[in-house]
Amino acid sequence: MALQHLKKADFDAAVDAAPLAMVDFWADWCGPCKMVAPFVEKIADEYDGKALVGKVNIDEEPELAQRFGVMSIPTLVFLKNGKEFDRKVGVMPPETFTNVLDENL
Amino acid sequence: MSYDVLVIGGGPAGLSAAINVRARGKSVLVVSNPIEESPLWRSERVENYLGLPGVTGPELLQAMHKHAEIDGVEFLTGKAISASFMMDQWYVSVGSDVQEAKAVVLAAGVARGKKFPGEAELLGRGVSYCATCDGMLYRGKSVAVLGYSETARQEAEFLRGIGCKVHYLEKPRDCTISGDGKVEQITCGGETTKVDGVFILRPAMAPTDLFPGLDMENGYVRVDHRMATGLPGVFAAGDCNGGPLQVAKATGEGLIAGQSAAAYVDALARKQ
Repeated sequence: MALQHLKKADFDAAVDAAPLAMVDFWADWCGPCKMVAPFVEKIADEYDGKALVGKVNIDEEPELAQRFGVMSIPTLVFLKNGKEFDRKVGVMPPETFTNVLDENL
Repeated sequence: MSYDVLVIGGGPAGLSAAINVRARGKSVLVVSNPIEESPLWRSERVENYLGLPGVTGPELLQAMHKHAEIDGVEFLTGKAISASFMMDQWYVSVGSDVQEAKAVVLAAGVARGKKFPGEAELLGRGVSYCATCDGMLYRGKSVAVLGYSETARQEAEFLRGIGCKVHYLEKPRDCTISGDGKVEQITCGGETTKVDGVFILRPAMAPTDLFPGLDMENGYVRVDHRMATGLPGVFAAGDCNGGPLQVAKATGEGLIAGQSAAAYVDALARKQ
């Protein structure tokens, strides 16, 4: 499954069902988010079938951002069956994200 | 928009690098604060710049800027917030946009000011360097804005405009940011304010915040004789490399960094 744009209504069902997930909280106005976006898309393709890779637009889904206590974007939250086990805040090299996924596959 | 070389900083080092990149027929973008924010702007007399005894800082800066414009250097006013490298390309975010370049010349001057206690620990947990990025997450909440740059007031107004309760602090010293897992309060000069967020707006990002992994020595960027840092395609020039913090040294290093960056772009093209 390629990159998923997650909404509040489908978020829990999608993430709870995934043994491993990475969710990118982002917004249009945020330059650093645009830098992370191509990495996230690439990771979504590379981990197709192995991990759920999703994006949450915090402008459209403020409740999800609040629920996860997102205070700076981009924030990438890593979850196993809906439970957060790690997060990365800010622009980082793509390996930072893939390392977390690889260690938890 | 993609450039051959992106220069961070519009002082003598950055402008010298930029015109020398243009002299090699490459495209170049200079990202900088408004020219009036350069430390050189406040210099009443520059006594030791060869051939121009007693020239004022503003005169010298304006002449250099004009020279760069004539040579086809492009300019963007703003602050580089973060940088990332992927597949031989640098991506640098400036405000809400991203600029791309094959090589980068860092010429942002001395990033003065050490980090405050709690700043690094609570970065991304209430501490932010970017009002336009994170402001929306603090709508209806209380935030402190620590203003050290001339554009900081405008950013504080932006935060007010979107509905943050802003406590503006002009160049505060001796601040401590604290909280359990997230920002809860800030104490500056003995006065404590309860806040949900702290925006620290300095004239420039510290080099290692912009380029994690950059090799530093005594607070300055370590470069070789080509002004190359250890990072691929990243060169540095001027005050960020250390003293003497003088115009002639900055323009000299800018020349070398600009030529090295252009040569790197050529080598990359051959490789590809």
